[in-house]
Amino acid sequence: MMMSAEPIQIVGEGKGQPSWLELVQRQVGSLRYGVVQIVVHDSQVTQIEKTERVRLNPAGPTKDGTMKTLFILLLATSLAATASAKEIKLLNVSYDATRELYTDYNAAFSKYWLAKTGDTVTVSQSHGGSGKQAQAVANGLEADVVTLALAYDVDAIARQAKFLPLDWQNRLPHNSTPYTSTIVFLVRKGNPKGIRDWDDVARSGVSVVTPNPKTSGGARWTYLAAWAYALEASQHDEAKAKAFVARLYKNVPVLDSGARGSTITFVQRGIGDVLLAWENEAHLALKEFGTNQFEIVTPSLSILAEPPVAVVDKNARRHGTTDAAKAYLDYLYSDEGQEIAGKNFYRPRSQAAAAKYGKNFAPLKLVTLDAEFGGWALAQRTHFAGGGTFDQIYHPQ
Amino acid sequence: MTPKSSTAKKNRVLPGFKLTLGFTLFYLGLIVLLPLAAVFGKTFELTWPEFWHTITMPQAMASYRLTFGASFCAALVNTFFGLIVAWVLVRYNFFGKKIVDALVDLPFALPTAVAGITLAMLYSHNGWIGQLLEPLGIQVANTRLGVFVALTFIGLPFIVRTVQPILEDLDPELEEAAASLGANRWQIFWRVILPMLTPALLTGFALAFARALGEYGSVIFIAGNIPMKTVITPLLIMGELDMFDYAKATALAVVMLVASFALLLTINILQWWTNRYNTNNLA
Repeated sequence: MMMSAEPIQIVGEGKGQPSWLELVQRQVGSLRYGVVQIVVHDSQVTQIEKTERVRLNPAGPTKDGTMKTLFILLLATSLAATASAKEIKLLNVSYDATRELYTDYNAAFSKYWLAKTGDTVTVSQSHGGSGKQAQAVANGLEADVVTLALAYDVDAIARQAKFLPLDWQNRLPHNSTPYTSTIVFLVRKGNPKGIRDWDDVARSGVSVVTPNPKTSGGARWTYLAAWAYALEASQHDEAKAKAFVARLYKNVPVLDSGARGSTITFVQRGIGDVLLAWENEAHLALKEFGTNQFEIVTPSLSILAEPPVAVVDKNARRHGTTDAAKAYLDYLYSDEGQEIAGKNFYRPRSQAAAAKYGKNFAPLKLVTLDAEFGGWALAQRTHFAGGGTFDQIYHPQ
Repeated sequence: MTPKSSTAKKNRVLPGFKLTLGFTLFYLGLIVLLPLAAVFGKTFELTWPEFWHTITMPQAMASYRLTFGASFCAALVNTFFGLIVAWVLVRYNFFGKKIVDALVDLPFALPTAVAGITLAMLYSHNGWIGQLLEPLGIQVANTRLGVFVALTFIGLPFIVRTVQPILEDLDPELEEAAASLGANRWQIFWRVILPMLTPALLTGFALAFARALGEYGSVIFIAGNIPMKTVITPLLIMGELDMFDYAKATALAVVMLVASFALLLTINILQWWTNRYNTNNLA
């Protein structure tokens, strides 16, 4: 670290001489790292000292050994000079499976926003189980936007913390879901257990890995996908569907708390014959570990998972980032945004991107949550709340 | 094992009793009681039948059994082996003693998730230890045994670190006296050393036990988290939170709190009792 101190003398506050406040402001403005001190004699500011630091090692400790002034009023430590172009910081709070998607997308959006407005945008990401993330936002995590696994979690933020209006889902096209995904199977190379469809997953002797629906958004989609399949196969016989799903979960030796945890259990710890995974998560595992270890099996029917996105109005307003946050989500629907979604194995909404990446997405029958289960609130109550169908699997009543 | 001086109680030589007591109460109130009160407050949103239903759900009952059972067993095993570790570290000199001593603290410092992932890797069917146990028909990962293993891991330093200083301060003259009176080694340990260590062992046990009750990070990776079988109560609480059911989550937390408090209080009373017995004997 190098330092250069330059005292600036003020002799009275005569005409033409800027007031000390202005001077201080100017010094702070011209400083990137350092300290601005003012020295007071007889209630008069007589001197302003600026110590500029040049950081050679940004991680290194900073220590100032030159502070000898007796009457010091530490005025300002300026971390960054106020540049002419605005520097905008956004926090995107998301769920487990979107790490790679938003790493790509953030870079693209920053470029687009810089070109359009001249402002630099830095987007930070936070990932975790969808429910936990929603809680964190409701409890004050300063997210400008949320991109979660299910609408129920965003609803909770709207309902409990009132950070955004209850009808948030109508604000963007396609129920505020710029991309969709579904639940598929990841099996070991050669598919030794011959898993083709949901029936095989529920067969005895097959070991299945999936997260706990109580703690994972992805797992709730999985549970409902299995349920929807069983309903279809049994001509809408609820009792049969329940028995089918119970059989399936009896095959699960580990219920991790999140989607990523399950992927690790299956891929790295070598547990299970089949992983019930987000489609993009399954593709990522293939990309990461090679097609010589795993294969993707697409069932005949699955659920259309719609991970929604929303601006957290109250936080964005307070941060003054409403425009950037809105643009951030809007741009997900643009050609480039859709392209990035497709590249990261999410099913894009736009025809062009869908056609381009269609080879990754095997055709299958997709049912929607609203049509099949009457929305999240109802599905939550029936299946996942205390004493719901999921609890009944492990403790028949 | 501080001997209680009876004079200190009658006339206080040290000034500032009221000030420090006031500060202590304020501090405890702010740091401990206030958050706990918030937990109770949230629980009161439930009606009594709802509360009762939540805390007596079969899933909850199974999780209490596992959490308290595994924590108790882990603390018990640690009390035994922790005593041996402390004994070795205090009584003998050997090459690398300092390193072993430092290793004991590792479970304190390690983020619990790291501990959990490491243990899960070791004990899964293709891990270093797991593949040796598999042919014997012993499965550790994703069973209750796994929960016990994780809790044992995190609990060890508590016993060692509470027993170690007491052992160091032990007066060798007492052992010499016992020997000169004809006691054999076993009798010296059983009749002289162990009674003096009992309060420290109880403290260590209580600390390890309390820590294990609240452990979350390391356990969820190795437990398998199958409802009714390997779900610990803290995970059940997380599950309720994930579904935004704060009241039910705090109801379960209240059960944990009350039970832990009762247990810790019992252990403290037991410790006080053994301690008094000790000093009387010595006097």
